[in-house]
Amino acid sequence: MKRVLFLAPIALFVVVLVVFFVGLRRDPSALPSALIDKPVPAFILPPLRPEDSRGFAATDLGGEPMLVNVYASWCGPCKLEHPMLMRLKREGVIIHGVDWKDTREAGYGFLAERGDPFVRVGSDQSGRTGIDLGVAGAPETFVIDKAGKVRYRHIGAISIEDWEQKIGPLLQRLRAES
Amino acid sequence: MSAEVGQFALILALLLALVQSTAPLWGAWRGDGTLMALGRAAARLQAGFVILAFGCLAYAFVTCDFSVALVANHAHTAQPTPYRFAATWGNHEGSLLLWVLILVIFGGAVATFGGALRETLQARVLGIQGIIGAAFLSFLLFTSNPFLRLSPAPLEGRELNPLLQDPGLVMHPPMLYLGYVGFSMAFCFAVAALIEGRVDAAWARWVRPWVLAAWVPLTLGITLGSAWAYYELGWGGWWFWDPVENASLMPWILGTALLHSALVLERRGALVSWTILLAILTFSLSLVGTFLVRSGILTSVHAFAVDPERGVYILAIIGATTGLSLALYAWRAQALRPGAFFTPVSREGGIILNNLFLSVLCAVVFWGTFQPVFIELMAGDKISVGPPFYARTFVPIAAPLLVLVVLGPMVNWKRDSLRQALRRVRVPLALAAVVLLVSLVLGGFKGVIAAGGLALAAWLVAGAGAILGRRWWAGRAYLGRAIRTTPRAIVGLTLAHAGLGLLVLGITAVTAWETDKVVSMRPGDTVAFAGRTLTLAALENVNGPNYEARRARFTVTGQGAPFTLSSERRFFPSAQTQTTEAGIHVRPLGNLYVSVGEESPAGVVVRLWDHPLIVWIWLGGFTMALGGAVSLSDRRLRLGAAVKAPALAQPMAAE
Amino acid sequence: MSRLLLIAASAAALAGAAHAVEPDEVMADPALEARAHALSREMRCVVCQNQSIDDSDAALAKDMRIILRERIAAGDTDEEAEGFLVARYGSFVQLKPPLRPDTLALWFGPLVVLVAGGIGAAIYMRGRAPGKAAPLSAGEEAELADLMETDRSSSDRAG
Repeated sequence: MKRVLFLAPIALFVVVLVVFFVGLRRDPSALPSALIDKPVPAFILPPLRPEDSRGFAATDLGGEPMLVNVYASWCGPCKLEHPMLMRLKREGVIIHGVDWKDTREAGYGFLAERGDPFVRVGSDQSGRTGIDLGVAGAPETFVIDKAGKVRYRHIGAISIEDWEQKIGPLLQRLRAES
Repeated sequence: MSAEVGQFALILALLLALVQSTAPLWGAWRGDGTLMALGRAAARLQAGFVILAFGCLAYAFVTCDFSVALVANHAHTAQPTPYRFAATWGNHEGSLLLWVLILVIFGGAVATFGGALRETLQARVLGIQGIIGAAFLSFLLFTSNPFLRLSPAPLEGRELNPLLQDPGLVMHPPMLYLGYVGFSMAFCFAVAALIEGRVDAAWARWVRPWVLAAWVPLTLGITLGSAWAYYELGWGGWWFWDPVENASLMPWILGTALLHSALVLERRGALVSWTILLAILTFSLSLVGTFLVRSGILTSVHAFAVDPERGVYILAIIGATTGLSLALYAWRAQALRPGAFFTPVSREGGIILNNLFLSVLCAVVFWGTFQPVFIELMAGDKISVGPPFYARTFVPIAAPLLVLVVLGPMVNWKRDSLRQALRRVRVPLALAAVVLLVSLVLGGFKGVIAAGGLALAAWLVAGAGAILGRRWWAGRAYLGRAIRTTPRAIVGLTLAHAGLGLLVLGITAVTAWETDKVVSMRPGDTVAFAGRTLTLAALENVNGPNYEARRARFTVTGQGAPFTLSSERRFFPSAQTQTTEAGIHVRPLGNLYVSVGEESPAGVVVRLWDHPLIVWIWLGGFTMALGGAVSLSDRRLRLGAAVKAPALAQPMAAE
Repeated sequence: MSRLLLIAASAAALAGAAHAVEPDEVMADPALEARAHALSREMRCVVCQNQSIDDSDAALAKDMRIILRERIAAGDTDEEAEGFLVARYGSFVQLKPPLRPDTLALWFGPLVVLVAGGIGAAIYMRGRAPGKAAPLSAGEEAELADLMETDRSSSDRAG
């Protein structure tokens, strides 16, 4: 009994050490979405492009697996991410856009200058739709399944590895789902 | 040139640390005096080389030698000289060098002044200390070399973060490190004792001053850090239960427990294996703090470059030092004899309760700090543990401990009666009861917790006063002599416990009665707040040495003589950073805290706080540290005093 | 080292952001404002270092403060207003962790440690009490008998 008492500190310490070691491997900035496997809250955003008659709404989600990209003209990493979105558009991925906490002029200017990867794009000037989606900062990308539910949230710009290892394969799987 | 000298000195220091970590341990094992002497020489030389290396780095900072990458990243010619000097440790590499510097100075001190120790004990302490030194020196050289050159050298450096250009940076980190590293001495003594299988009163007499010498600067460092955050961050908070603050609080709490248990060991020879365990854990928590701040396990944005490789390295150091010492503990501690008998109502019993509560409090902080990591690994969900958690767990466990703090010094060693002890504290008890009743009547039943806090503060301060009061009352016939002959350890005890009372007073008052207000003001506008009237007298531009500022000047009337107060928004062009400089009217009864925000056509945003009695939080902390320092100056405790009393050094160990 | 270092880093990233609670956010009804104030101290800003949304300068924190006030003005209870943000950002935004099966250990761990430690300390002190000293081990018994034997023989010699 007494022996056990003297062994307890080292036993507890080993547990803590293992947790620290494994904990070091995880990404402290990754924040899973609270919306995973839930339908997206209803929203209707006004159009960003002057030529559009309507913008982007929750009812546009679903049917096919798709991406929803949250961006803003003031956001540096969005500029880095933009060529990736254009590439995905060429590959036939459906991407909808939300211009977050931004003026319509600036948000549209960003697309006019660099190219427009989006099928539908809405202007979220107040930022409320972003908050409904649980957005912490731009850019963020949500993967939506056929039922219109959020399946994955990606924080930050999508890199080639992110696409090839995580998001691309996920979309493939979602396409195969009935 | 100086960078190469520094680099070379560090390499030599590492080699010497390797000698120090092997020769004396081997020598103590074989009984070889020459090897043990070699260990002492290595410790002293190593201290010299690390001092040289630190001097080289500081010189590079003060002279703005931008060919050193670290200097180019953290110093700017427009930065005032004291802050260029302090910038030496305002970064990961330099702060680690400071850590090592303090470690080797302490090692040199043991080698030089430890002649009174049994030679094998001294050699083993130095050996363990050498191992820690070698681990940190290689960490420094292989992952965080402060002397890397930058070619071509830039003409101007990147400025140290403006929030850090403050007297706080000059004092706060060195104090914390003195504390953390100071606990390494207790650790080395503990491990050496486990190797020797022998703990005696001489051992305890050596360890207690080291613990105290670590505890005093750590107390100062934490207090300074809290005050610094209060005036610098611009929203008047003084403690946030942030993981980084908790990192310094955990070793402080356990170090406080160690301070008390070492007293029982020294005076009564009891709590031997428990004290050894506390010594190991206290230093381990200092290492965990280093890990927490530099590995990025808990927070994503860090000023100290976060690097998983560094995290793994520190984890390896923790695994080796703490793991091996705890293994040694499991193997050897049982052999240590339990020591003298005592009844539950006795000084020993009181200190056991003190240790129980302090250990649990430390566990609460550890639990709350690392729980997000545990839960994420177990359940995959991210949670946050913030101040509301600690208010519901830490505070209720701390309260009974604070009640016991007054009783502890009033009971005798070995055996006592509770009734006798309560009789000795009847004056503080009556005073606390009066404070409780009065504040309940004045504050109504809504303020029960606040009234309890005030009564507790009165109980603590009066109870501490009663320690001296009882002594002097007993010797009142020769009062002058009674006062003169009061041992400094007793004065220190009184101050430390009274400081705790002042701390409770400040925390209670500011938590219960803090008020704030936010308004938009144009020059000439007035606002009524906390019984005063503030007028925005002027909004003007002023320039500092390395910043441009927009200053708001207020005149304040009501509650005493009128005064002026100003708050600034500072912009540092080279760092491209904006800071807020709060205007604070500091008075014992309460601070008026003003900070300005954005300016718009509607006026400038002004945030006002009234912080009643808040200064007593820091005055309490400083009083506690002062108590520790006074106690340390007691002749009986001074290093080496053990020589004078060899007769008392009865061994009480197994073997 | 210090929280300041961390804050410094995040402040640099947010340079020029708006200041915490601004005059235009304050609710007209002081009682409702007090509730909103208290509640926003318990919600964590998702883009900053460990700060509450009440203390934070970040634009998103301001939006969250305004949302809380809107919900409270619309007649939400504190729990409902808090739930609105938790539904969107998860329990990460709660500085006070919710009581759930996976947080039971967090909330009750301290109590368990205190009780266990208290029992341990009580057992130890019983063992140290002079009257109830632990019974001697066989070895000590033999040693004692030996000592007494020596004692007796020496007194025999004296007598």
